[in-house]
This record gives sequence, structure tokens and C-alpha cells, in this order.
Amino acid sequence: MATTDPDAQAPLPLHRRMLAHPLFWPLLALALLLLGNGLLNPGFLALEWRDGRLYGNLVDIANRAAPLVLVSMGMTLVIAARGLDISVGAVLAIAATVAAWTIGRMTAGGGTGLAPLFAAIGAALATAALCGLWNGVLVVKVGMQPIIATLILMVAGRGVAQLISGGNILTIYYPPYSFLGTGFLFGLPFPLYVAGALFVVLALLLDRTALGMFIRAIGHNPAAARVAGVRARAITLWLYVFSGFCAGLAGLLVSSNVASADANNAGQLLELDAILAVALGGTALAGGRFSLAGSVVGALIIQALTTTIYAIGVPPQVNYVVKALLVVAVLLLQSPEFRARVRALARRPARGGA
Amino acid sequence: MPARAAASAGDVAVSHVLHAQGLRKRFGATVALDGAGLCLRAGEIHALMGQNGAGKSTLIKLLTGVERPDAGTVELDGRPIAPSSPLEAQREGISTVYQEVNLCPNLSVAENLHAGRYPRRFGLIDWRRVRAGARELLGRLHLDLDVDRPLASYPVAIQQMVAIARALGVSAKVLILDEPTSSLDEGEVQELFAVMRRLREQGMAILFVTHFLDQVYAVSDRITVLRNGTLVGEYTPGELPQAALVKAMVGRDVALAEGRADHAGIAADAPVVLEARGLSRRGALHTVDLQVRAGEVVALGGLLGSGRTELARLLFGLDRADEGTLLLEGARVDLRHPADAVERGLALCPEERKTEGIVAELSVRENIVLALQARRGWWRALPRSRQDELARHYVELLGVRTAGIETPVGALSGGNQQKVVLARWLATRPKLLILDEPTRGIDIAAKQEIMGEVVRLAREGMAVLFISAELEELTRLGDRIVVLRERRKAGELPGGSEGARVLDLIAGHA
Repeated sequence: MATTDPDAQAPLPLHRRMLAHPLFWPLLALALLLLGNGLLNPGFLALEWRDGRLYGNLVDIANRAAPLVLVSMGMTLVIAARGLDISVGAVLAIAATVAAWTIGRMTAGGGTGLAPLFAAIGAALATAALCGLWNGVLVVKVGMQPIIATLILMVAGRGVAQLISGGNILTIYYPPYSFLGTGFLFGLPFPLYVAGALFVVLALLLDRTALGMFIRAIGHNPAAARVAGVRARAITLWLYVFSGFCAGLAGLLVSSNVASADANNAGQLLELDAILAVALGGTALAGGRFSLAGSVVGALIIQALTTTIYAIGVPPQVNYVVKALLVVAVLLLQSPEFRARVRALARRPARGGA
Repeated sequence: MPARAAASAGDVAVSHVLHAQGLRKRFGATVALDGAGLCLRAGEIHALMGQNGAGKSTLIKLLTGVERPDAGTVELDGRPIAPSSPLEAQREGISTVYQEVNLCPNLSVAENLHAGRYPRRFGLIDWRRVRAGARELLGRLHLDLDVDRPLASYPVAIQQMVAIARALGVSAKVLILDEPTSSLDEGEVQELFAVMRRLREQGMAILFVTHFLDQVYAVSDRITVLRNGTLVGEYTPGELPQAALVKAMVGRDVALAEGRADHAGIAADAPVVLEARGLSRRGALHTVDLQVRAGEVVALGGLLGSGRTELARLLFGLDRADEGTLLLEGARVDLRHPADAVERGLALCPEERKTEGIVAELSVRENIVLALQARRGWWRALPRSRQDELARHYVELLGVRTAGIETPVGALSGGNQQKVVLARWLATRPKLLILDEPTRGIDIAAKQEIMGEVVRLAREGMAVLFISAELEELTRLGDRIVVLRERRKAGELPGGSEGARVLDLIAGHA
């Protein structure tokens, strides 16, 4: 307490600052994965401009990751406020089914033009937000543990989706809808714009309003935030609604991409990938500290892993084992404690030799 | 410094149970201890005093093996020791009870007393010996408890004594009590003192760390003072009056914050800011009436559990009243949430600084603007330049010692954390500031600075409701003293009333 090192306040050199940046390790993991693929398969990193569109594995990974990116962004904020939403996969299925059902009803009734498209988008997103509201009410008003509260919809949600679909896989015969998941805009796949737009809007909201500070205050110390006059419960409720909304957007992209809605299998285990993406991105699972950009990188890492496994031709039966091993490797790379141990191990033989 | 010379003259008298000298400890860039020392004799209660950051905690950590010293020696019964863990220190005979009771409330008293060292029979726990052993340990403290009941079913004071009984365990020679009284009420403190005196008679050397000056004089035989990691000296209470002790701790004279000298100073026509009529909440408070006028400091006293914190919570919308009305500047209000109270110009510095006050991970700046920002709503963010300006202003005004406004509040000392919480509320320019034991567990200089600022703001027209467990603070600072007893209002006294009269009201012998 008596003396403080004056050097402690001096700015760090650039490489130290880079190492200290919270996004450094997630980005490094992503880069290593992509470079590894590039070494195994020289054409992997190539990008090609053909017929006014950009093609290549990198575009493909980003495109396929879009639904997970969307869901992870909603999950990030829920987790930052000390919550958890494991119903996102089921909500995705509900939204996809509602969209397919709406389109089916409207086109069967002779609806043409773009009306069925907008009706489907509106109905799906509204239903998804409603699902989020249900989760939020259970957590905030009823006072249930988040994991249990959202477990209810995780299990029941697929049943709800099946009720809507009548137990069938709904196929969508309506070309305008397929633009959402498979269309291109200015040479890039449309899902990139959906995910990108949400990211930009959210990042601005968190940076330019007090929302980010409130969420961190709630996550670190909800009681203190409440005493300071932060309406912690109302904010938390809306974060669940937002998480549902994100899952709804993802449901639109997924169902559009495959031109169908499968109540049983759409978004299966998505909640686990989303939590993993959030963790990989450096958000504290205990709440408080969070990184939206980190979660986006985390989602890209997961998709890159999946693509890698297909690219190097892992037999399907060991697919999950390989994925698990890669995830462990990525997590260890990001753990400061683990890196410190590796450094200590690397140093020890050198000292012995001296 | 003659006292210091006397303490470290090297006379390793036989009566010294524990003799530490020349202790040094660095944490990173911070020097926590720089040549501190301590002498404990058998059969004495020895107070260790110093401000936050003086090195008391570090010294205790070195004695108990939590940390290893960079330099210096510790001798126990004339034999050098270097414990590397609390368990090892305990085996050597140094036992410690920390501020927060670190037992398991869900386990029984007997289990807590033996956890980790159960007597066994045929490899299984011998429950009969667990119970008998527990009763024996408690018997040393003259405690008669049902050892099968869960620890949580006893009050904190009893839990603390169970912690002491556990710490004493087998063959303790030195008992270290780190702020044992901070969560006890007056009667419980007396019980604890009785136990300490009993142990002293048994020849135990007790090191007693506290922030309460009056307790030092009530119970201790000797006082060691630390400042900035160095030993200031060792004294007996007789040769060191309270003012001199404060000076030794702080290193300069500290002026006590003064209430209004003329306690009749509040005009009867000063507008009433807050009025409570028949405020009740089942199990918390029974029909309490209260008025606080603009510019008035109302001191609220009462024992722990008398309802003083509960009243503050009701006034601030943290809890809802079952009955009664609340009027703010004459208009009836219904506070459903603290945010409603903040919107209407109320402020509350809560009793639990760590759990309800600061957000430790957020920066000083963010903690200071939090309430003001909450009142504006999430959409209308305060510009960053305004946030910086506010944070700098209040850091300077209240003398917050911090490396910068972007430092996480958790890195500050307790007193400075409390100043940040106060700054948060002052930034909202409240009409009524409720302070629930704002100075508990923080050092004397910070305490006087905080109360001095509060009194100054009251002179400028802010209404203040000030809750304190310290009698002397109530009478010194209050323009009016309201006393609660057993969740009802026991009475009111004018400011500057004699302490004895206030005490009678608090304790209920009229």
C-alpha cells in the first residue's frame, strides 16, 4: 500500500497489448484452424469471383455459421446477465415451423407476391419473441433457475412445433422465401448480411447507450445494481425476449436454406454450440464480463471445426470425438493458467541445463 | 520513536509467547509490510490497530502461514517457526478466527467442530466421540449448545464462538481474532469479551484486530499500532488516550466530524422531505412514524435486529410495506422498486457494502455514474466526457485514493469503496440520503471524511437519515435521534442528548 511502481501505469508495447486483448486468443485459434486446413488442402483458403458472386470455403464457413452467430449473440447477453437459455434450438424449430406453416397456408389460399414472405417472417419472429418472453417470465417473475426454466421450453418446444406441423416435415414451395437462406446480395450470401446487421445494431446499442454497463452491473452484482436503481429484472426479461428473437431469425435462415421445416431436427443441440461459442469468445459463464465480437468469433471457430472435420475426411462415427478433441485444444489454448504451465514446463529443462 | 525502541530492544523475555520482528512482504509493486513486528505475552489480550492498508491483514497472513515473509523472523516460545500453511500454523499453536465465519452453516455444531479431523473407529466416524469432543471444546468457552443442531440455527455471535472453539482445537497458545465483532450487536460483543477474558485467564495470548476504538479500551491489555506497513509502537491503553491512538494510526491529527453545534438549528418550518406514517411490514417493522426535514441529520439508532435496516429498506422501496403511507414532500408515493425511489430523489448507502453497494468488477467511473445513469434510463447515456468529469470531481471531493477512475473498485480499500458508493449517490443530487452504517469496517480517517462531507451537504439543505450502531456517533452527528427497539419506534431525543439517555432508550430500561 505504501509505494506503487510507477512503471505499472506506463503503456505496454504493441505486441504485449495485442496479447492482452481479449479477442487475441479466439482469433488466433480461428486463424490456426483455417491455416491448418490450408496446409492440408492447398485450395482451402482460395476465394473465387464467379458470376458476380464470391465463392470459397471461407465464405462457406461464414455463411453456414450465420444461424449460430445469431443465436450466440442472444445467448451472450443472457449469460452476461447471469442467465442461460437452453431452449434456443427448440425455439428455432418453432420459428421455422411457423414460417413454413404460414407460407403453406397463404400460398394454398392463392396468396402471391411478397405477402406470404413478410407474413412468414413476422409470424416466425413474433412467435420466437413470445417464446423468449415465456422464458423471461419464468426466470424473472416466477423466480425459477434459468437452466430449469428454459429446459421446459427446450423439451416442450419441439412438441409445440410438431403440433403446428401436424407431425410432418413441412416443405416450402415458394421461391421468394429461399432468398433468405440461399440468396446473394452484392456478391455475398444474404445470411451474412442478417448476422452482420444484427451485430452492428447490437454493438452500437451496447456502446452508445448505457445498456452494456447495466448488463455488466447486473451480471457482476445484481443486488447492487438493483439498489442503484437499475431495473435489473425488466432488463433481464427483455434479454430473454431478445434471445428468442435471435433464435427466430436463425430459424428463418435454416428453414429457408433447406426449403423445409423439421420440427424434430432443426436446431438440434444448437443450444450447446451456442454456449460453447460464448465460452470460446471469452464471456464469463458466471455473468458480468462479456464480448459480443468474441461470441461471433467463437461461432466461426465451431463452424470452421465442423468444416475441417468434413474436409479432412474423418469417418462419421468418430466425428464427434474429433470435434471434442479440437474443442478441448482450443479451450486450452485460451486458458491463461494452461499457457502459464506450458511456459513453466518449457523453462524447466533450460534451467536444469544451466 | 521511543515506544518502538522499547518494543524491539531485543529483550527476548521468557514471557513472550510469540515474537515477530523485521517482517517484510511485497505483493507485486506494493510493499505491504516493511519491517513490522509484534510481541505477544501469555495471558494477554493484545489489540492490533492500524488503518486499512496499514498491513494488519498481511501481518496476520504471515503469522498464520497463508503467506511467507520476504524477510524477518517469527519465534514461538523462543523457537523460530516458518509455517507454510494455516494448518501447519495451527499445529504449532497459532489459531485464527477470520472476520467472516468460515464454517458450514448447514452442518451441525458438532460436525463443524470436527470437520476434517473426525475421530474414527474401525475406519468409520465415531459419532459418540464427535459429540463428546464437541461438548468438551464448547465447555472451555462455557457454552452449552445442542451440538446436533445445525450451526445456522444459532445467531451469528454463537457461530463466531463455535468458530473460536474450533480454532482452539487442541493445543493453541496464540489465538488471532480478525475483526470478530464487526457483525455482532452490543450484548453479543460483551459475551465475546467474556469468552476472551476466560481464555486469557487460561494463559492464552490473544491478538485482537478491530476497527472499534472503544472495544480496544474495553478489553485489551496492550496495543500495537501499524502504519504504512511499519511498526509505530507498542503501548498500554493507559499511556495512549483515544486521540493519541488515532494520531498514531493515521500519522496526523484527525478532526472528528461534528454535527450542528446548536442542535436546535433546524427551523420548525423547514420543509419535511420525507414522512412515514404507521409504516409496517410483517416480521420487519411495526407502525413506525418518521419525519426528516430538509437540512436535517436524523440519527437512527437501535440494536442489531431492532428494525433499523428494515426501515431503510422500506423507505427506499427495496421492500414493500404492508401498511402505512409514505409522503415525499407532502405527496403520497408508492415505491415498488428502488428505481422509483431513485427517480424521486432518494438515495441509500446500504449496510452491506460488498453485496449491495459496489460492483467490484466495474471501474470507479462506472460505479460513480451508475445511479445517475439508472435514473436517466438506459437509452439516454451520459456522454463519456461527462462521466469522466463527474468521476474526477467526486474522487477529488471525497479524497478517494485510487490509481485512476478506470481502476476496478474491487481493487480499492474498504473506506475508499464506501466513498465511491457515497459519490454514486451524491452525483444524483438526492433530496434525502439514507446512510445505513456507512462507516462500518472502514478506517477512522475515511470515516471522518465521509461523515464530514455528509454533514456539510446537510447544511446545504439535503435531508439525511443516518443509521449507526455507535452511540457516540448518534449523539455527535444527529440533529435529532430516533431510536428503534424490537421493530417499533422506542422514542426520539434531541441532538446532543447524553449518551446514557440514548442508551437507556436503545436497551429499553426507562
